[in-house]
Amino acid sequence: MMILPPFDVTLKHALVATLLVSLSGAPLGVFLVLRRMSLMGDVIAHAILPGTAAGFILAGASMGAMSLGGLVAGFLVAILASLATHFTKIREDANLATFYLVAVALGILMLSLHGSAQDLEDILFGNAQSIASSMLIVMALVTTLTVLLLAFIYRPLVVESFDPLFLRSMKGHGGLYHGLFMMLVVVNMVEGYRALGTLMASGLLLIPAVTAQFWTRHLSLMIGLAVILAILTSAGGIFLATTLLLPSGPCIVLMAGTTYLFSVCFGHYGSLWARFFPSRHLEG
Amino acid sequence: MTITLNNLTVGYDRHPAVHHISGVFPSASLTAIVGPNGGGKSTLLKAMVHFLRPLSGSIDYDGTLPQEIAYLPQASQVDQNFPLSVIDVVQLGAWPRTGAFRGLTKAQRHEAYHILERVGLADYAKRPVSVLSIGQWQRVLFARLSLQNAHILLLDEPFAAIDNRTTHDLMCWIKEWQNEGRTVIAVMHDLTFVRDHFPSTLLLAREVIGWGSTADILCEANLAKAQNLSGQWVEHAPACRRDER
Repeated sequence: MMILPPFDVTLKHALVATLLVSLSGAPLGVFLVLRRMSLMGDVIAHAILPGTAAGFILAGASMGAMSLGGLVAGFLVAILASLATHFTKIREDANLATFYLVAVALGILMLSLHGSAQDLEDILFGNAQSIASSMLIVMALVTTLTVLLLAFIYRPLVVESFDPLFLRSMKGHGGLYHGLFMMLVVVNMVEGYRALGTLMASGLLLIPAVTAQFWTRHLSLMIGLAVILAILTSAGGIFLATTLLLPSGPCIVLMAGTTYLFSVCFGHYGSLWARFFPSRHLEG
Repeated sequence: MTITLNNLTVGYDRHPAVHHISGVFPSASLTAIVGPNGGGKSTLLKAMVHFLRPLSGSIDYDGTLPQEIAYLPQASQVDQNFPLSVIDVVQLGAWPRTGAFRGLTKAQRHEAYHILERVGLADYAKRPVSVLSIGQWQRVLFARLSLQNAHILLLDEPFAAIDNRTTHDLMCWIKEWQNEGRTVIAVMHDLTFVRDHFPSTLLLAREVIGWGSTADILCEANLAKAQNLSGQWVEHAPACRRDER
């Protein structure tokens, strides 16, 4: 029998924090996946690491300074990676892979020179139980603004993802919406890093979004399902981490990974089950 | 709505794909642009839809706004796996009237359904676009074009890989657009089809070989000339001084 952890304040904080990240992060993840930018999401998540490390070295274990560092680094790498892809002839995925390896290496070196092993673990793997209530208010603000802005730019963003040439022929400012979207991605990755760790900050954005692809072909349902999956798997991950005294990031990502694996096997669209045991064909 | 090309040169990296062309697409005309591969047909359309800036010369739109020009790219590079329904795509045609943020009115929704009915895909309204065949997809794109209510329509090889019946239906629609006073310009490959359906032709092989009534332009002499002129890429071409002469 599994022994549930005491339902104390730190656990509540952890649950509220991941709920907030799920609400705004999962819809962004759906767009990242549909725009074939999953790898870009990963790069931004990892780019946060050297930024938080810089914040840590300059101001100690202050969440504000570390988040600010993460934001700066996230924006910087999002812009640099776009430029490198745009202006060099190397393939985009190769550029991005290099970016995130370098970012992780840089961050780990900075932290191992200046921080303790516990600091390193918290930043890399997340420690949702350490989120203070003041931080929750900032996170709630970020989530609210993200959802509002995303609702506002929803239609042009959909068109920009689906048929950019059409938007361009309508003089629709596709670049502006792309830029706003990338900004939201960076901000939400930083929002999530304390709970998930910089190594896995993209997990709550991407895995529920990918999983939802197996169940529906309607964009609004896909977004709703991704949000629900993100909330449930992060809550499950938090309980697991608290019970077994493990870092929260890997627990959440493994929970999400389990739903992904299940969907790969039994999902409605494109799963192994649909491939090898198709339903009887129709008359017309 | 008239489009006038004034000594227009368009290209990539300073190399012209369309070189010093001048002429007029009159209001309510139906023109086919034909010519060899690499002759600059698609490039010319991209310049007219403001995707490419002219290297020199200019295009005069006679007051037509960019939103009043509809463009159908070649073998549309849209991701057909995107989770949108067929009616969603058709309704995008209302963009010039709704812009990015306004919702569609009831009348506009109704209009979209009506147009979808016209292309014979009413049953597909709520289906995802991923289930459409190439021909059905082209019908959906034509439905969207129609809802755009544009003054000028630029079509890049609209019938490539499309069967005869669909081609026939869509061509009827193009002629209707022309009768409604819209200017239609289409890049085409099938010369027999052009002779049968397009009153005017622009024969383009980087430069204008001929521009006028289809019967006059598509003669053996012109076609042979176009073939010989078809564009080679000259890596170290000297700067063009034609305007200075």
